[in-house]
Amino acid sequence: MTMLEASRSGRAPTRRPGLRARLMKSDRFVTAVVFLVPALTLFTLFVMMPIGEAAWYSLFRWNGFGAPTNHVGLKNFQMLMQMDAFHTALKNTGLIIFFSLIVQLPLGLYLALILSQKFRGVVLWRSLFFLPYILAEVATGLIWKFVYDGRHGLAAGITDALGVDPVYVLADQELAVYAVIVVLVWKFFGFHMMLYIAGLQNIPRDVVESAQIDGASWWQIARRIKIPMIAPVIKLSVFFSILGGLQVFDLVWSLTRGGPVNSSHTVVSFLYDFGIMRMRIGFGSAVGVVLFVVCVGFAFSYRRIFMKED
Amino acid sequence: MYKTVSMASLLAGLFAGPGLAETEVRWLHLEGDGPVVEFMEELEAGFEAKNPGVDVKMQFLGPEAFKARLTTMLQSDDRPHLFYTWAGGVMRAQADAGFLKDITADVEGAWKDSFSPGALSAYEYNGAYYGVPQEINQVGFWYNRRLFDEAGVDPESIKTWDDLLAAVARFKEAGITPIATGGADKWPLHFYWTHLAGRIGGKEAFDAALAGEGDGFAAAPFVAAGERFVELVTLEPFQDGFLAAGHSDAAGVFGDGQAAMQLQGSWNRFSQVSNSANGKGLPEDELAWMPFPMVEGGAGNATDTLGGINGWLVGAGAPQEAVDFLRFITSPENQREAAARGLHVPPMKGMSDVIEDPFSKQFAEKLAASTYHQIFWDQDLGPSVGRVVNDVSTELAAGSTTPEQAAQTIQDAWSFENM
Repeated sequence: MTMLEASRSGRAPTRRPGLRARLMKSDRFVTAVVFLVPALTLFTLFVMMPIGEAAWYSLFRWNGFGAPTNHVGLKNFQMLMQMDAFHTALKNTGLIIFFSLIVQLPLGLYLALILSQKFRGVVLWRSLFFLPYILAEVATGLIWKFVYDGRHGLAAGITDALGVDPVYVLADQELAVYAVIVVLVWKFFGFHMMLYIAGLQNIPRDVVESAQIDGASWWQIARRIKIPMIAPVIKLSVFFSILGGLQVFDLVWSLTRGGPVNSSHTVVSFLYDFGIMRMRIGFGSAVGVVLFVVCVGFAFSYRRIFMKED
Repeated sequence: MYKTVSMASLLAGLFAGPGLAETEVRWLHLEGDGPVVEFMEELEAGFEAKNPGVDVKMQFLGPEAFKARLTTMLQSDDRPHLFYTWAGGVMRAQADAGFLKDITADVEGAWKDSFSPGALSAYEYNGAYYGVPQEINQVGFWYNRRLFDEAGVDPESIKTWDDLLAAVARFKEAGITPIATGGADKWPLHFYWTHLAGRIGGKEAFDAALAGEGDGFAAAPFVAAGERFVELVTLEPFQDGFLAAGHSDAAGVFGDGQAAMQLQGSWNRFSQVSNSANGKGLPEDELAWMPFPMVEGGAGNATDTLGGINGWLVGAGAPQEAVDFLRFITSPENQREAAARGLHVPPMKGMSDVIEDPFSKQFAEKLAASTYHQIFWDQDLGPSVGRVVNDVSTELAAGSTTPEQAAQTIQDAWSFENM
């Protein structure tokens, strides 16, 4: 109060901007608070609290009714580690990530290298490859279930036309998970292709042109210029791909429900089947905690190691 | 502005009078078969006509979605007022958690007396009733007379498990798929293992396992059930790709006349219609049903039955109208109508005269003569252990576990749940 009066009566010419700056500063703070509070509240309410709750529940044997009271310590985790079905789920999740990285991303990159150029019908091709990504996952699952169906589906039509015995891919314990992977690759390569196209279009033309003038082949340009120049995008798409792979659920559930005989479970479908469907919320939470730790561990270390300079 | 709006609505509410104040009754079911749903809609309309202030809302979830979502739905404030149940361990867990309404006072008296005592007792827990049964059903082999004729198998000859194995071999020789089943749903396969366990060990073995006596579910009769099941599995009796087929797919195979048998409950009569390619299913004169065969030397009786005592539970906080509606749907008049239409066998006295439908008649007779009616194990043992029974039955059918391991897995799950 006194300071304000002093500044008012005192140095008149510099008074105004100084005050304004101060006001703006506090304004900014107020603005920040006003805009952050809703987001922070939501984040705490819907992200932090559920994570904390899941961690808490994972220490109980609890069917989801009432409050958890039967504290079992780390028994849920112990059981989880001993379950064959969980080992299979981990293995399948690993397979999904592996094939995403060695099939899906290279396929997306290859198509992006072609489709980032300008020629007639390029937009049509891009949309065509992007289309599966737009489809809802459950719808995709149902469509492919029909494709694989050996009795009435597309597979039946093909084996019929060839005059061979019907094939039931989804009923085969060895093949079911690969059938799921085929669908995953089909569904998501277009997304990564789009990321790469966006990256490739940002490459200055003169770099590519000068290489062409120097007589570099298409492959040399792709390998020596284009791919290194979109390395940040590739790192990002690998990141998405791995994180997405860890969380696959809808497709598996609508295609195989983890079957036959738990052979195609992913970590998340395992959680749903053995936690939610069996009313073992404590056990399910333990799976959730394991998955959370893996995801967070991966996300942080990947960013630290590979995305440092981006 | 807001104030005036709320005042207006308040006034409107006040002047609307009691006749228009609607009470909602949320009725959650899982029926997908046409004639049954039709009958339920008639019940709804009939009750609403008699009770102008009540609005019955039917809510539908398919069986698997129902099992997955009910737990969460019950925790919310808009939990269903009436919902489908198979009783057993799931009902007991719900009652323990306080999500069910005690309707003992309503049930006592004439309502109680209308039920067969055995069926109603499935809805009693700790001395209280939380709901009432509407249907009693039984699992057995549905079969296709035409295919039996074609393969030269006499259905009357199938009295024992060995007879069944012999029949399956005959069908294989004749190039006919012996049995349709839905392995992806798992529960259709658990009918085999649990039925065999019941035939071999009888009620005593099941009760002993529940009481934790001896080796529990790892005891000899349960291992033997797995061994006998494997005898069937090694004949490769099921349709191609059965592990990826759900119950509806299997009912379609049977309803299209592409498999000779299907081990299913009474309801399959409608499932095989609604899932068949032509929407008609097998002609009535080709469709037939027989009980699960006896196992030679087993401690159980050929007259023991396995099936459901399905009905409705009342959710905590449900209005009295919901109980009234439940009384209405399970009233002898309405249940006589359901029985007359052959929709199901009501668990009630004095129904035999209206049951004309030959299948319902057969079920009613078998159930009336039942020496021991066991509720589906996957319901009776509770959701967690029950699903393990389904898992190991499927693993046995897929040849990925041994009878000993299967029995031990169930015992492990049981002792973990009850430690």
